[in-house]
Amino acid sequence: MMLEIRWHGRGGQGAVTAAELLAKAAIAEGLWAQAFPAFGPERRGAPVLAFTRISNNPIKMRVQVYEPDIVVVLDPSLIGVVNIGEGLKQGGVAIVNSAKDPAEFRRIFPSASKIFSVDATKIALEELKVPIVNTAMLGAATKAIDAIPLERVEEAVRERFGSRIGERNVRAVRRAHREARLWESG
Amino acid sequence: MAVQVQQKRTALTGNYAVAEAVKLADVDVIAAYPITPQTTIVEKLAEYVADGIIDAEYIPVESEHSAISACLGASLAGARTFTATASQGLALMHEILFITSVLRAPVVMAIANRSLSAPLSIWNDHSDSMAERDTGWIQIWAANAQEVFDSVLQAYRIAEDRDVLLPVMVNLDGYILSHTVEPVLVPEKKLVEEYLPPKPLWNRLSVKTAYTLGVVGPPEYYFEMKYQAIDAIERSRSKIKEADEVYGEMFGRSYGVMEHHFMDDAEVALIAMGSVAETAYTAIKRWRERGAKVGFVRIRVFRPFPAEELRDLLKGLKVIGILDRATSPGSLGGPAFAEVSTIFVNERQRPLVKNYIAGLGGRDVPFSGFDYMIQRLLEAAEKEEVDVLCEYVGLRE
Repeated sequence: MMLEIRWHGRGGQGAVTAAELLAKAAIAEGLWAQAFPAFGPERRGAPVLAFTRISNNPIKMRVQVYEPDIVVVLDPSLIGVVNIGEGLKQGGVAIVNSAKDPAEFRRIFPSASKIFSVDATKIALEELKVPIVNTAMLGAATKAIDAIPLERVEEAVRERFGSRIGERNVRAVRRAHREARLWESG
Repeated sequence: MAVQVQQKRTALTGNYAVAEAVKLADVDVIAAYPITPQTTIVEKLAEYVADGIIDAEYIPVESEHSAISACLGASLAGARTFTATASQGLALMHEILFITSVLRAPVVMAIANRSLSAPLSIWNDHSDSMAERDTGWIQIWAANAQEVFDSVLQAYRIAEDRDVLLPVMVNLDGYILSHTVEPVLVPEKKLVEEYLPPKPLWNRLSVKTAYTLGVVGPPEYYFEMKYQAIDAIERSRSKIKEADEVYGEMFGRSYGVMEHHFMDDAEVALIAMGSVAETAYTAIKRWRERGAKVGFVRIRVFRPFPAEELRDLLKGLKVIGILDRATSPGSLGGPAFAEVSTIFVNERQRPLVKNYIAGLGGRDVPFSGFDYMIQRLLEAAEKEEVDVLCEYVGLRE
């Protein structure tokens, strides 16, 4: 098993942190993982990319992710700005932060066999009181990764954010995981 | 290796793996100046010192020249020291690097390898440390975050060995290792203390042991003093192996001065250094599964250069390809190519050699690049001829 995940966000939304937390959860589960940003300087508001690789064996490769299995979009305003469907594997999974029906994104992800949508901005505003959607999207993304139980993700979130803010983020993780809507092909 | 020790499986970036190792090594003095992509190493160490987690002096100097100078002075006074830098920062240290090795200061430094300007680039290649290969420092090049961690601890044991007393540079690829989170096994401090030489170091300065360092070396003395450092790096060969073997016995991981796979019946081999070697390994494994007689070699210790080990390993091959992530403009090829080529200089029967230069300034070296390199080695073996000695792979025309 080798899963490659590409995270699309804007600087300040926490895409890199989400990529890292997923890797930490995978490592805590006894798997092998890499998480890395698109290398370079960071600018608030600019489109950013981050990546997670997960495998049940040591990962012996140091290349960029060209054909992800999963694409996670933290900011729907990126649609049309960057090619968020680029390289997504045939039969891949897309997860979008949006209140819209997941089926509406079929044209953007023609190779996807599953699309999830979740209103992560609403969840983040209600649970965290700030529009930082990374932990909610992490919860939604976990739906597409059978190898990592949600509890490992929750533990990684708690460890990162401490008890008080950690708990709020765990609530965001759980809600997004529960509220994400699925469109499936055929 | 069945080693039963308590080691915590932790998710760390390469830079934080360095910081964890430095913490466990119980250093006395850290002097550093931040530079991308090294910054998070020294940020974390500054935090550890401020929080009292490391009992050390942290000297926030105004330049890399001062960082290495402070470490040199502290090391000569008997302190266990650490610094880290990259790229222009390492270049700014240049003159002090020679002084550190001949004054026999066991400074340990991590380099988050980055290209050199111009044009300005914060991305990875090996130009920075390759340009310092003649400064008398021992150079270790890691391929992953676990090896980064392990190599920093090994570096202290090697550097402080009484038969060595030389500075050691641990290289980790900027971003590719420095900023990638991956699993790292971190042992208990008690075991690390057992592994490392006891403190205080032998040369702790005191009134009773007062001596002069950094003296003028007139022509009557300079040559001998310089030769002592040359002799020391020769003698470090056995100590580097011993440090790695003992580490393996205690912690279950050892690396050798080089790593190789698929070499038993290989006709051609590709040699790489640093993290790009992991991709090379997987690419070669795939060609092996299709029946190609290609082998994999990674040079881990570049100084002292493992010439004898490589000669024994490579002598029966038809063609060797050497991948450089650095250049030596105006020469036949890159620095690793030049070094590997010299090991056969007096041999009657020797493999053909070929150089690839790739991945400069952070350009990705994808599997297609390795497929090309391997294909070209097999072609050269078939024709018994190298048509182009040095090829630039992944360069746009």
